[in-house]
Amino acid sequence: MLIPHPLLGLRDAEEFVYLGDASLMQRPDPDSPTALTDFCDYVFLRDNPAGVHRELWFHEQGDRSWLVVTRNTLTHEILGAELATDAARPTVTQEPSA
Amino acid sequence: MKFSALRVVKEALTGHKGWKPLWRNPQPQPDYDIVIVGGGGHGLATAYYLAKTFGKARIAVLEKGWIGSGNVGRNTTIVRSNYLLPGNQPFYEFSMKLWEGLEQELNFNAMVSQRGIINLFHTDAQRDAFRRRGNAMHLSGADAVLLNRDALRQKVPFLNYDNARFPIKGGLWQPRAGTARHDGVAWGYARGADMLGVDIIQNCEVTGFRIDAGRVRGVETTRGYIGAAKVGVAVAGSSSRVMAMAGQRLPIESHVLQAFVSEGLKPVISGVITFGAGHFYISQSDKGGLVFGGDVDGYNSYAQRGNLPVVEDVAQGGMALMPMIGRARLLRSWGGIVDMSMDGSPIIDRTAIDGLYLNGGWCYGGFKATPASGFAFAHLLATDRPHETATAYRLDRFATGHVIDERGTGAQPNLH
Repeated sequence: MLIPHPLLGLRDAEEFVYLGDASLMQRPDPDSPTALTDFCDYVFLRDNPAGVHRELWFHEQGDRSWLVVTRNTLTHEILGAELATDAARPTVTQEPSA
Repeated sequence: MKFSALRVVKEALTGHKGWKPLWRNPQPQPDYDIVIVGGGGHGLATAYYLAKTFGKARIAVLEKGWIGSGNVGRNTTIVRSNYLLPGNQPFYEFSMKLWEGLEQELNFNAMVSQRGIINLFHTDAQRDAFRRRGNAMHLSGADAVLLNRDALRQKVPFLNYDNARFPIKGGLWQPRAGTARHDGVAWGYARGADMLGVDIIQNCEVTGFRIDAGRVRGVETTRGYIGAAKVGVAVAGSSSRVMAMAGQRLPIESHVLQAFVSEGLKPVISGVITFGAGHFYISQSDKGGLVFGGDVDGYNSYAQRGNLPVVEDVAQGGMALMPMIGRARLLRSWGGIVDMSMDGSPIIDRTAIDGLYLNGGWCYGGFKATPASGFAFAHLLATDRPHETATAYRLDRFATGHVIDERGTGAQPNLH
């Protein structure tokens, strides 16, 4: 698999370390009354979809940036990649963390 | 139809015209007492023990494809009970005992072959950890022998003992472990269940659950609605997809695990050898092919095929362990989708929905568990209580902190 790094172009997936679902960027609010359940769900539960999946890859053997890669888990086709810092910005699709 | 030596002779003399199909091909009934989703090894074993041991009737197994088309036909056929933790080891030893009596129980040749497994160690610390594991195995009634370098060398002289990075110092040997014919296990359980009246319905994909007031009423399928008082889901690899139809999120990621087989060779490896440090394990099939594999690819996948970096990694592991493997030609490689759970251990439990039960999260070790998994799941479905060896496999253990993390890697499924 080749990951289209937004700064470095196409890079071999072997240069990266995989973490998992990109929703891991949205940590629950530790002060919420439901924080215990929220954190348990955050740490252990996953959507694990068959199809399009947004996921975190770390460019360990490269520029050590975190990417959000959009990939199809049924075909391994990579549909896009962006810097995690960009993906986390409120102007994109994600809610800002409280 | 009972198999026996006499029967084989009789059929040989009469042109083999008397063999019948091993199971019926029934139409689905409008409703059943118990519906098992998934006609793999675990689902079929569950149905068999429900009918045989727990005396249940009106049972159906629904399979999306054909019997044995999923992971039960895609694994590397190893059976063993060499775990460490108290939540795991008694369960796997129970499974090992069921393997030992399986062929008599089913009157079917599953080719269970107890030729042993050896886990290699390379450091003093690893030897101590394996000594502890061996003791844990003894406590559960299993067998374990710690082999030093000389004793190991007598058994398997062809390994590279003086690898600069991982010199081999010895191994933990479980003589009763071995391999089994994976398809034969599926067919044996399917035939056994069918003879006890279980309807095995192939080409019948579950497309939804009918849930009413927090209780499951039945399943929607590609062959129409089927009512059920209880539904057991045993679809490891696709647990998240199936349970999502019931609105449940699971502590599971689906990953692809590759396996490989070489051309057929003369007998060279008597049992199973695992080289954990090099992410490599190997055995030899009855046909002579070297059967081997390594790690999961490491990213979420439902593709049933892996990528080349892991092929290369596994080949390197093999070359480091036994350089002579470089002369063998690779015949086939394939991938299977496994439920990687958040602590590396399985789940056999009720769910938040009454009457809906889950059996999944087997990571890359589901095959060896097939008999005990079926027995324990049948126990749960029949009595609503977990089997005594499976009490730790709870779905809520992640919330309560009772995780069973053999590898100690935390909630990072691709590392288990």
